[in-house]
Amino acid sequence: MSTREKGMGIGGLVLRLHLGLVLLFLYVPIIVMAVLSFNQSQLYELPFTFDLVWYKSLASNDRLIDAGINSLVIALINTVVATAFGTMAALAFARYQFRGKSLLQLLLFPPITIPWLVIGTAMLVFFFWTGIGRGLHAILLGHVALSLPYVIIVVGARLANFPRMMEEAAATLGATPWQTFRRVTAPILAPGVVAAALFAFAVSFDQFVISYFLAPPGVTTLPVAIYAAIRKGFTPEINAISTIIIVVSMGIMLITARFYRFGGER
Amino acid sequence: MSQVEIIGAVKKYGDVAALDNVSMAFSDGEFFGLLGPSGSGKTTLLRAIAGFVMLDDGAVRIDGKDIGATPVYQRNIGMVFQNYALFPHMSVTENIAFGLDVRGVPAAEQRQRVAEALSMVRLTGLEQRKPKQLSGGQQQRIALARALVTRPKVLLLDEPLGALDKHLRQEMQIELKRIQRNVGITTIFVTHDQEEALTLSDRIAIFNAGRIVQAGSPGEVYARPVNRFAAGFLGEANFLSGQVAALNAGWAQVALGAGTTVTIEAQGLQVGQAALLAVRPERLAIHPSNDTSPGDNRLAGTVGEVIFSGNSTSYRVQCGDPGSKGQVISVFRQNDGQPILASGTAVSLTWEPDDAVLVAE
Repeated sequence: MSTREKGMGIGGLVLRLHLGLVLLFLYVPIIVMAVLSFNQSQLYELPFTFDLVWYKSLASNDRLIDAGINSLVIALINTVVATAFGTMAALAFARYQFRGKSLLQLLLFPPITIPWLVIGTAMLVFFFWTGIGRGLHAILLGHVALSLPYVIIVVGARLANFPRMMEEAAATLGATPWQTFRRVTAPILAPGVVAAALFAFAVSFDQFVISYFLAPPGVTTLPVAIYAAIRKGFTPEINAISTIIIVVSMGIMLITARFYRFGGER
Repeated sequence: MSQVEIIGAVKKYGDVAALDNVSMAFSDGEFFGLLGPSGSGKTTLLRAIAGFVMLDDGAVRIDGKDIGATPVYQRNIGMVFQNYALFPHMSVTENIAFGLDVRGVPAAEQRQRVAEALSMVRLTGLEQRKPKQLSGGQQQRIALARALVTRPKVLLLDEPLGALDKHLRQEMQIELKRIQRNVGITTIFVTHDQEEALTLSDRIAIFNAGRIVQAGSPGEVYARPVNRFAAGFLGEANFLSGQVAALNAGWAQVALGAGTTVTIEAQGLQVGQAALLAVRPERLAIHPSNDTSPGDNRLAGTVGEVIFSGNSTSYRVQCGDPGSKGQVISVFRQNDGQPILASGTAVSLTWEPDDAVLVAE
């Protein structure tokens, strides 16, 4: 009890204030936006009048819907491709010795720290020069390249704690390499792979700069379309689509967090 | 139940030979301990039998059949790992049933055999637990049940009790031995714990630098170590070095420094030859004595450290000239009612000719 009372001193007060401010600046804008997406007034006038008018008008905004579908398709393909290749690469890094391994591992980190603007410019030049050009395929390529390091690092962290002995034990018990992978390695690695897939999805779905650079006229992804719409004049439709995105992505996060405890356990 | 033979096994890692032409045979139903310091090759041999290590040369045979080309999963071996390697995402039942399941054993038979295995290790009632919810000793038993449920030809144990605390380890030693006897399976286990090796094994082999130094029953190897390494690694030994001074009707007189002589069986020794003798601390008798004159099978000295451990006492006795470095001799005595000697007491140490063993350097 006494420690709890001490916690209410000056130090405790500052900590609580700090926590309050963090939550305030993180969540209040999101909540305000979500609430206003249900407000009838275009000019954010009060009193609040509940109406689904902006969701209805969003439904007829083909540009935003097309962009949303593009974003979703690219993010999903990116997730599958980057998670599959990234997991394989992480397994190779963890399990095999080969020439240039340390160099390759070192090369994973710079793309995370280099500003996306720089990478986007570099990709645009490179894709133009090689004839890959711009388009959804180019955007997908760029997203996969960007997400791979995240996947390799996240799965690699899980693998680092994976005792090789489990696989050896499975083999002595008569499991073929495939049975061992399916029934021992994969289930133990699954939380890491799921976390990595979430990262890959987020990197792609949130991606603005690279998509903006690699999108040809007439083709957009959702972040690019939102940016374009805001420049022309803000409408609460943006609030509506943003609210949908938030609800869906938070839902996915919470469900996965429920099934897989991320963190260092086990 | 099977015989395992190792023929001329060689395994090199770079220039280091982990196995340097090792040959040995494990008999049917035998509990065999591989003992040695880390890096001596004992684990490499165990892993070669399991199939995790490919030999550079030589062969592993089970019941006369060379299994060098057989993959691990077809060797039909049971193995218990140092940290048990239980599958964390599976329950106790699923862990034990794993080996049956991958072989396609029908579910009803699986259930029955898992139940048998659990009762064998006396853990009935924990079927639905996850490994994390079990104590170290329980995990160890589950690992054993999992390894034996498939009825393997050979059971391999890699430091099976290394992760347990001392009390539990002694309990599990008895348990392990009981289960092994009941099942009657050929068992090969690796340990660096000499007491464990002595307690559990029907036979042991002492490894050093990729070779077998000595193999035999624990009693044999303990009583008649072949060289300094074997004598010092298995149990404690005092080493006395000297020269053969005289031969007399099958006995040799070995002169140590400072006038002490030791009589041992001649065993083909020649006069003038150097001889190294090993004497176990419990074979020495210690008595208070002011007689500092050297004698036959007798050393004089002064008690240094006295280590009292309840039922026994260990003495470190400084022998030889107090001015020079001399030699510290370990003496072990049961506390059977004789007074415990204090540090500083002048003593003489005596032994019978049988108690000193001639060993190679």
